[in-house]
Amino acid sequence: MNAALAVDLDDIQGLVRFGYKHHTEASFLLLRIRDRDAARRWLASVPVSSALTIEPLPEFAIQIALTAEGMRALGADDAVVDAFAAEFVVGMGNDANRARRLGDVGANDPSRWQWGAGERVPHVAVLLYAMPGRLAVLQQAIESQCEAGFERMACLATSDLDGIEPFGFTDGISQPLLDWERRRAARDTERTEYSNLSCLGEYLLGYPNEYGGYTDRPLLDRAAAGPLLPNAEDDPGRADLGRNGSYLVLRQLRQDVHGFWQFVDGQAGGDAERRERLASAMVGRKRDGTPLIVPAIETIEGGGDPKERNAFTYRTDREGLSCPLGAHIRRSNPRNADLPPGPGGLISWAKRTLGFDADALDHDLVASTRFHRLLRRGREYGPGVSIEQALGEAPSGNDPGLHFICLGANIARQFEFVQNAWAMGVRFDGVANESDPLLGIRSPGIDGVPTDGFSLPRADGPDERIAALPQFVTVVGGAYFFLPGVRALRWLAGMPREAPP
Amino acid sequence: MVVAPVAAGKEPALRALLASMNSAPGLADPRNALVPFGAFERLHFARLVVLDDALQVDLEVYGVEPARLPTWLVFIGDCDGDAGDALADLAGRAGAGLARIFSHCEGFAEGSDVLAWMRARDRRAAASFVNWVGRSVRQVREESALQRALSARVPRQALATPADAQRVRAELVDHVAGEVRAGRLALTPPEPTPLGWQLRRLVHLVAVPLVGLAALPFLIVLAPLLVWQLRTLEKSDPEVCPRPRAADLEALLELEDRDTTNQYTALGAVKPGRFRRWLLIVLLAFTEYACRHVYTRGFLARVQTIHFAHWFFFDDKTRVVFVSNYDGSHQGYMDDFINKVGWGLNVLFSNGVGWPRTRWLVFGGSRIEQSFKYFQRRHQVPTQVWYKAYPGLALVEMKRNHRIREGLERRAMSDAEALAWLRLL
Repeated sequence: MNAALAVDLDDIQGLVRFGYKHHTEASFLLLRIRDRDAARRWLASVPVSSALTIEPLPEFAIQIALTAEGMRALGADDAVVDAFAAEFVVGMGNDANRARRLGDVGANDPSRWQWGAGERVPHVAVLLYAMPGRLAVLQQAIESQCEAGFERMACLATSDLDGIEPFGFTDGISQPLLDWERRRAARDTERTEYSNLSCLGEYLLGYPNEYGGYTDRPLLDRAAAGPLLPNAEDDPGRADLGRNGSYLVLRQLRQDVHGFWQFVDGQAGGDAERRERLASAMVGRKRDGTPLIVPAIETIEGGGDPKERNAFTYRTDREGLSCPLGAHIRRSNPRNADLPPGPGGLISWAKRTLGFDADALDHDLVASTRFHRLLRRGREYGPGVSIEQALGEAPSGNDPGLHFICLGANIARQFEFVQNAWAMGVRFDGVANESDPLLGIRSPGIDGVPTDGFSLPRADGPDERIAALPQFVTVVGGAYFFLPGVRALRWLAGMPREAPP
Repeated sequence: MVVAPVAAGKEPALRALLASMNSAPGLADPRNALVPFGAFERLHFARLVVLDDALQVDLEVYGVEPARLPTWLVFIGDCDGDAGDALADLAGRAGAGLARIFSHCEGFAEGSDVLAWMRARDRRAAASFVNWVGRSVRQVREESALQRALSARVPRQALATPADAQRVRAELVDHVAGEVRAGRLALTPPEPTPLGWQLRRLVHLVAVPLVGLAALPFLIVLAPLLVWQLRTLEKSDPEVCPRPRAADLEALLELEDRDTTNQYTALGAVKPGRFRRWLLIVLLAFTEYACRHVYTRGFLARVQTIHFAHWFFFDDKTRVVFVSNYDGSHQGYMDDFINKVGWGLNVLFSNGVGWPRTRWLVFGGSRIEQSFKYFQRRHQVPTQVWYKAYPGLALVEMKRNHRIREGLERRAMSDAEALAWLRLL
């Protein structure tokens, strides 16, 4: 590898590279700073795990992320904080315009959240990961260390459901493959094939993204910033506070497992096979993770082994006959390319580019996937509920859910776009008046038309249509964090107290 | 488009008055007391926007002292039929309200004839895109009602034999006929296209290429010089893409995502010099030609989410105003712009001061994502009042609804066609 392109794994927090799946225990501490100096001292020395591979696996991993409010509370200059992305600076929970865009209305309204809105915006998230049986020790130690500087706002416990999310589906199968070796040249070219390989700059600030460009971030005067921070690749005279850091989106999603299975069971008339079929259609995979699309006739760059159930696209199922167009995994990752497929050749390319291929236009309703990937790092919480329990027993009042986490370098283009246009969007790939069958909020359109349907296309007749889906997932907290590079974290902990105006 | 300078000192009162027409920020109440847009059955979209000259300072990068320009009030409507008739209708039925609005403008005196005043200030767009030329408001609404009725009626079952599709379709056709007779559905036949309009279109269709043909020899001779000039300018034209101010961004965001369709209004200065000015004039004429004769059926190159879009010259062609109505979120719109028609954007907008650097007129520019996104947000102006005649409806549905209607009115179909039609429902 070209030395100039080397990636400092030891400066990147481990979560960008690892899911810490062997660290089956985890909890996320949400803290507010009560003593700035003590908080800085702790952040300056806390052992943060990097993206370097360590053998044998360490028992613990600690990751630190900060909100914009947290940076200000630490004493960061406004000019520094405001140079981060606007979405991060404004935050998730205190902006009615953002709430409208993300579907955080009605039952999801931030005014109902347990944390993340009003005065309850955390400053720092401490993500703790531990090998089985070791979390309690770690958490106790960290909490006592933090006591001087921080006030504990919330502790998000997690549970190990063995890779199954609370509704009962295998989760986390589809992930982008990061181009750690920077094999792909950083330039702006049209991609006519879906690829699972994704530029580092889509997840880490300071690296070129899929457009071959750099996302905006605080670049500081070298003399004022001191020697700690790395150079900006695109502006080597300046210190890059963003480099090796990523935005971390955290949303606490409560899942109504009883409601989900009871609704599906009702639609299936109590028939177990039909129940499974409908639930799978809503997700786009069977419960064991097998995609409804028969995978892997095609080779997909970075797609991995077909057995990993991720090597497929929807090219062979453009009408949604195998996997409904509105299925959850199809909405979250449509696996398309920059240009709709067509016969090769310059003429076909020109026709498709200029809009003169009517068939291509009909299949050109979804944005190109590679600009909207999410690197997911969520963890489940609460008790596992089996289908039998969901159907037979009353809810315990202790609903399980997901602490959804995704990493990205561009909150607006990645998380917010996927959430707005693909999950909440009531028009997706030609299907109208329905949103994501799992995540949707079902509020009627401005014209009063219901959006609580779900269509299952079939070849030999009009779509099967499920109506009156209830809301199954409720947002109960959320915030935008920045997961800084290790040196950037230390810099934030030691930066000049009150920067001169 | 009716354009008039806002009278000195009256801008705050005008803004307050415009805000009073809305039921939500930026969203016009169709029954507002000033201009009850909803009463005008031929009106698709309308907007009232106040345009200032805040970004004229960007001209300083060329060493040009920006001229102080008036603040303009702009009224734009997209309607079926003749624009002149539509203005007359507006003045006839909402004259008092319009007079109250325009009384904040220069040259509007108490008792002015609203229609004559508007006509004197009416301007044609340099280029206009209409998603589906000839699709009327009435048609959109009737076809939407038809789709809802059929969608609720169609038996949602697999068909036993292909021939069943014919039978089901026939039943639905009968059902619709009954609903039409009962007055619950209407399927008004399209109005005939006025002969004058067709004639003007035909003249335009032929005349523009003729002018082009006449100019061709000169262009061929001058081509090396023009290309050299373009490349020289492209290499030296300064980029002006600072981040938009947070408060300005919030003011725009507050108006968005209240309907499935959003509005966009942007304003910018044309780069100084004769070359850019003439290049833009020619390219906009070319755009107008393409939109009038080629892109008339649901798409502008790959973009299928724009209802109406217009480019207007302003202030002696030193500025351009771009307005559009698009489906989806602003982020999605920008995504379409960059990924689907980045080249087309560059061709036109790279003649504007500060546009991200292009190469050969089509490359780079809007594909420089961060700079482009800052540029377009910074040049965007809040649309104070915006009206849409069919809230909640998106173009993708209108296209489908039209296919449904076409299928309904077809006399005969094969089994496969009947099945495909049923699957649209």
